[in-house]
Amino acid sequence: MAMKFDKISDGVYELDVCGFVCPHPQLYCKKSLQKIESGDTLKLIFDNASSGETIRQMLDQQGDEITAETTEGGKLVWMIEKG
Amino acid sequence: MEENKNTTAAFIVTGALLLITALYAMADNNYMYLNVYIWFGVAYGLMLQYGRFCFASASRDLFAAGVPRMAVGILVALMFFSVIQAVLMATNMSTFHPAPMGIQTIIAGLIFGVGMVLAGGCASGSLYKIGEGNGTSILSIMGISFGQAFFVTVGNKSWVPQAWIESSTSKAWVPKDKVVSWFDYYLTGFIFDQPTTQLSKTATFKDMGVAKYFIADSLINSIIPALLLIVIIYVFYSKKPFISKRQRHNKKNPDNQLALSGIGVQFEGIWSMITASTRTTIMGVIIGCTAGLHIFVMKGMQMKYHVTNFGQLLTQMGHGSDVGAFGNVFDPGYWYITTQEAQFAGWILDKLGYNVRDSVFFGVVNGLPELWRNPALWMSIGIIFGAMILALLNNEFKFKPPKGELIVWGLVGGTLMGIGSRPGLGCNIGAFFIRAAGGDPGGWVFGLGMVVGGFFGVKFFNWWTERKMASEMVDF
Repeated sequence: MAMKFDKISDGVYELDVCGFVCPHPQLYCKKSLQKIESGDTLKLIFDNASSGETIRQMLDQQGDEITAETTEGGKLVWMIEKG
Repeated sequence: MEENKNTTAAFIVTGALLLITALYAMADNNYMYLNVYIWFGVAYGLMLQYGRFCFASASRDLFAAGVPRMAVGILVALMFFSVIQAVLMATNMSTFHPAPMGIQTIIAGLIFGVGMVLAGGCASGSLYKIGEGNGTSILSIMGISFGQAFFVTVGNKSWVPQAWIESSTSKAWVPKDKVVSWFDYYLTGFIFDQPTTQLSKTATFKDMGVAKYFIADSLINSIIPALLLIVIIYVFYSKKPFISKRQRHNKKNPDNQLALSGIGVQFEGIWSMITASTRTTIMGVIIGCTAGLHIFVMKGMQMKYHVTNFGQLLTQMGHGSDVGAFGNVFDPGYWYITTQEAQFAGWILDKLGYNVRDSVFFGVVNGLPELWRNPALWMSIGIIFGAMILALLNNEFKFKPPKGELIVWGLVGGTLMGIGSRPGLGCNIGAFFIRAAGGDPGGWVFGLGMVVGGFFGVKFFNWWTERKMASEMVDF
């Protein structure tokens, strides 16, 4: 079972951690944001609702911004701009 | 379309619970006792899911992501619960009892703490996460269940010090035929000899009338330590991000500058930390109050039925094989996880022909009721279905089968939680939350062990995820 981290285009990355449960989504999200540059966008795809509350506060503390979020079929997609 | 399907499923689950309640009520008036456990379980499940309330997150998210929301939420719940618990003690309506404390308490907390981080959820958190469709949590609960059942029934007196054997043998009230496994000697020859402490009952406070419950148990044992911890968490984890956020604001808004220093700013920072996750903090308040109400209602049920334990009702109904040697079953009278899961696994092992009844844990203290007559197990089932109802209504339910490494983490973490909860006489709820709020300092000792264990669990996962990220990102 693997997480997927891909570069979609210049400055846009995708992290897919569907199937992973706590604490993996928040850990991979944190570490992925550490790898990208300020101003870059991370498209985070996860399906463990419980991780969302922690990720939201983590982003707020770090100065990162959620620019869009959707939920479909229990799958959450967040667009995160690194601050 | 999908939303409608989920809503329908939520109604079906609710309907099934109502039907079970009605069937029990029709079968025997005594089963109303079980129904109360079911619906308090449902209430806990709803609140845990809405608040994403998991004790594993408290230390894990703090150490791993610098996020204090859960640690703060638990401390808020603890303070509210402690006040209600003091009211119940003052009015003689409490079912709370302190537990023995010793070196085993911190060791057990440590093992439990490592386990809950590996499993991805604490004992109560794993139950509510099953309700969200988390397959790994099913494995965690299996680990907790069977880990405990084996832990309390394996071995024999050759595994324990002679002093425990002598102490156990000297107790005339202990049914000797039930003292077989190492854990039986541990309980009867070691744990039962240790003193219990409830601050309000110590020499310093015992003559203070009903005020002792509010001053000793609630204020000194719960509220002051909880407030101190909130300040410590703020200083180490939230102060810097709070000030940085203000600095960013000031940079963007030259005409609207916010203060960056002074005691007032720090109080604003602490309040901002407490309210950062509204749903967690609000649920902390409501969970604290509900846990108190639960104690009140269970005491009321015991008064109504003129019993002190559900086992007495089971015996009256002719189910003598369900109860332990003294006629009791596990009936905590408050929010509690783990022992009922041990009984679940013990019941399966019993049906498979494995002799678990000749043990102090099952045969004397907790009994081994049929699953459908186990009051505390119904509370755990209620938590699962309460969480499921809310997750379905919010379209957050998704079945995630355990795969790959998650199978290992779930089973190993769950088993460690099971092993940790037995010598500690409970889990994050029974050994920490209820005890710390009830005036028993031992709760904090278990909590300290749990946090240290959580720290080591996070260290391991940090190393593991770094390793995986490195292999995934080799092309960048």
